[in-house]
Amino acid sequence: MSDSVKSEAGSGFLKNIDLRVMAPFLALALLLVLGTFSNPNFLTVNNLMNVATRSAFIAIIAVGATFVISAGGLDLSVGAMVAFVASLMIMFINAAAIANPYLLLVAAMILAILIGMACGLLNGVITTVGRIEPFIVTLGTMGIYRGLTTWLSQGGAITVRDFEVQQIYRPAYFGTVLGVPVPVIAIIATALIGAFVLYRTRYGRHVIAVGSNEEVARYSGISVRNVRIITYLIQGLCVAVAVLFYVPRLGSTSATTGMLWELQAITAVVVGGTALRGGVGRIWGTICGAFILEIVGNIMLLSNFISEYLIAAIQGAIIIIAMLVQRSLLRRQ
Amino acid sequence: MKRISGGAGESMRDDTERGGKAIILETAGLTKSFGPIEVLHGIDLTVCTGEIHAVIGENGAGKSTLMRLLAGNLKPSGGDIRIDGQSVSFANPTEAEARGIVLVHQEILLAPDLTVAQNIFLGREINRGLAVNDRVMNAEALKAVGELGADIDPETPVSRLSIAKRQLVQIARVLLTPHRVVIFDEPTASLTPVETDALLKVMRAIRDRGVAVLFISHRLNEVKEIADTVTVLRDGHKVATHAAGELEPSDMARLMVGRDVSKLYPDRKQDDNGEAVLEIEGFTVPGYAKDASFRLRKGEILGFAGLVGAGRTELMEGILGLRPGRGTVRLKGEAVHFNAPIAALKAGIVYLSEDRKGKGLLLSKDLRTNLTLAALDRFTKALMVDRNAEDKALDAAIRDFDIRTGSKELAAGELSGGNQQKLLLAKMMLLDPEIVIIDEPTRGIDIGNKEQIYKFIAELSKAGHSIIVISSEMPELIGLCDRIVVMRSGEIAGEVTGEGMNENEIVVLATGVAGNRHEMAGAR
Repeated sequence: MSDSVKSEAGSGFLKNIDLRVMAPFLALALLLVLGTFSNPNFLTVNNLMNVATRSAFIAIIAVGATFVISAGGLDLSVGAMVAFVASLMIMFINAAAIANPYLLLVAAMILAILIGMACGLLNGVITTVGRIEPFIVTLGTMGIYRGLTTWLSQGGAITVRDFEVQQIYRPAYFGTVLGVPVPVIAIIATALIGAFVLYRTRYGRHVIAVGSNEEVARYSGISVRNVRIITYLIQGLCVAVAVLFYVPRLGSTSATTGMLWELQAITAVVVGGTALRGGVGRIWGTICGAFILEIVGNIMLLSNFISEYLIAAIQGAIIIIAMLVQRSLLRRQ
Repeated sequence: MKRISGGAGESMRDDTERGGKAIILETAGLTKSFGPIEVLHGIDLTVCTGEIHAVIGENGAGKSTLMRLLAGNLKPSGGDIRIDGQSVSFANPTEAEARGIVLVHQEILLAPDLTVAQNIFLGREINRGLAVNDRVMNAEALKAVGELGADIDPETPVSRLSIAKRQLVQIARVLLTPHRVVIFDEPTASLTPVETDALLKVMRAIRDRGVAVLFISHRLNEVKEIADTVTVLRDGHKVATHAAGELEPSDMARLMVGRDVSKLYPDRKQDDNGEAVLEIEGFTVPGYAKDASFRLRKGEILGFAGLVGAGRTELMEGILGLRPGRGTVRLKGEAVHFNAPIAALKAGIVYLSEDRKGKGLLLSKDLRTNLTLAALDRFTKALMVDRNAEDKALDAAIRDFDIRTGSKELAAGELSGGNQQKLLLAKMMLLDPEIVIIDEPTRGIDIGNKEQIYKFIAELSKAGHSIIVISSEMPELIGLCDRIVVMRSGEIAGEVTGEGMNENEIVVLATGVAGNRHEMAGAR
């Protein structure tokens, strides 16, 4: 028994590497090479750190989306949710109910986390208890969160008014620890926690089981409903974490904040190798997917081959190409 | 009878033995490899017009692969397929159909939301002008189904039909193609005895039109009953081809397995005095079961017999909280109510679904994940799933339940049906249940694995577990159980035990019709 396993492992290193797992990392490597050729400034620590920092919002949100999608769900409302949570957070800061600016910020952050989780919970409860397709539910809540944001801002912008608070909060996005930008550390921390929960805990196993075959999970005594609700809760939490780094960046939100981020998050997840039908989740692939999206944009900016106005079109093409690659790899097996 | 023992290379070329019927389909040295592994080794098969040619063998023996080669679903790696003596090669099933070879799949491949007629004519609709001509198609469909001896309204959506009727619709659809060879891939696997009997009649009618019928089955009595010629495969080799008259089912079993399997059911000592562990009183599952009462004693194997649709599965699912139901459930004298499957599992009752692939195992996941899925809390240490403990559990399960797998890293879906069932059993036994409910424990499982699963069930009961076995195979229930509860149309029709445990009694209770013993004979 163990012999046969061993001989298989020995029969060729390449054979045992799952191409589907490796594909996003190979694509990333390819892009790095491409970027290096297109502009000498591309492959500098500075530029790459910049790229990673800018990918933080999508990367962190996409970690949550990996959970939702692995369990067979979908959340289209994340972009609108960013705008909604960020707006409420800024409004709370502006209300200045607490005199001490540090305490005020901490309270605002906790509030943002709670609102994000509540938004996610709402998505989860409506899909599972109401038994409505997640596509429809989150399409609806996307409209609700977006509409509420527009109403709160009266069509304009919501800006942090207190200059002192803004100065205190700025390093959360622009600061570095040992030379590493804070948002990059946030990406790594989120991914580490996400990977731990998805790969190593019982709950993570249940997520994969539910996405793989709901009936099998049910007959195995797993509460499919709770598992699903919690994935949306995690998604809401991730959105809130992204907001914590978004607010200090601009200190302002508007009705167009987070526009189309849901598409970028889903693209990052799918490019990373997570199956859209559920049952397979790849956290590190997702992070890689988020980097890929950002690097493509970066290369387009640095080089003069293609107009940067085409970034959205290129990103749209990437998701289709990623699906085609996944499909052809699947067929070869 | 002298020629019964056969080697791998033996083939029957003496066609005169089959009444001088014309050879329609032949294979010579047919091989098939998947990657580097050859799964069919030089098969020589001869099929004549007007005969029912059964192909039998254990799971993994290569029966389905052979059939799929003949029907154009797969391409041979070597050897020859000849029709009327002329070499052919099919790129796809359509090309095989053009030469008159049609395959009735084991799985039901119909669109559930379309009507019977729409399904039968799917992809070859009859048009009138630009619109489809439903009137003509409905009439044709009614005729086609009627020829199979069934009466199904062609305008019914397929989703409302029983499995047996869906199968007939599928057969009607296939037979609409002009055909000279019809291949049935385990058509009776999910049918009740009465339905099986009806299907066998249909197959005979097809043969009597001069069509060659190829037939895959696990049920040897059925093969004996209906086949004219029997070909036995084992491990991808053809072991023998014989006229069916020369073989008894026990001979077939021996050729399939390669050893004697005279004793399928384990010896058990019956104990009627165990305390009642599970008592059900007046349990109703709306739409499926009405006012059912029974009791299960400690260490007992209790059978549940009945026709498909009698409500056996649904009754159990209702009791376990898998679907809504009401009534009294007493566990060791204590009234309980399970509103979710997790509650039943925690109380020590596990249920192994008849739908192994749909409800039992995550086919795309590895064995370890599947094994521990229901009992994951036992493998969790400090928030983390303990993979070493899981590995040990998998080793133990592979050993205890004799799960045959090439590698521990395989996906569950890559195991054979029998080994999947053993894995499912191992998965549920990890919960250390007091009561085990097994639905169709050996459906689609070959004889060697069947024997083992019976042995496991007997051992579990000996170890003090109480077991309920739901099965449509009466010999299985009779051979294995202490008592058999018979259900009919959602109600418990009666119970048989001891001497009363024979097929006649059960059929009388299951159908409510006395004395149709002879009609049942074919289904044994």
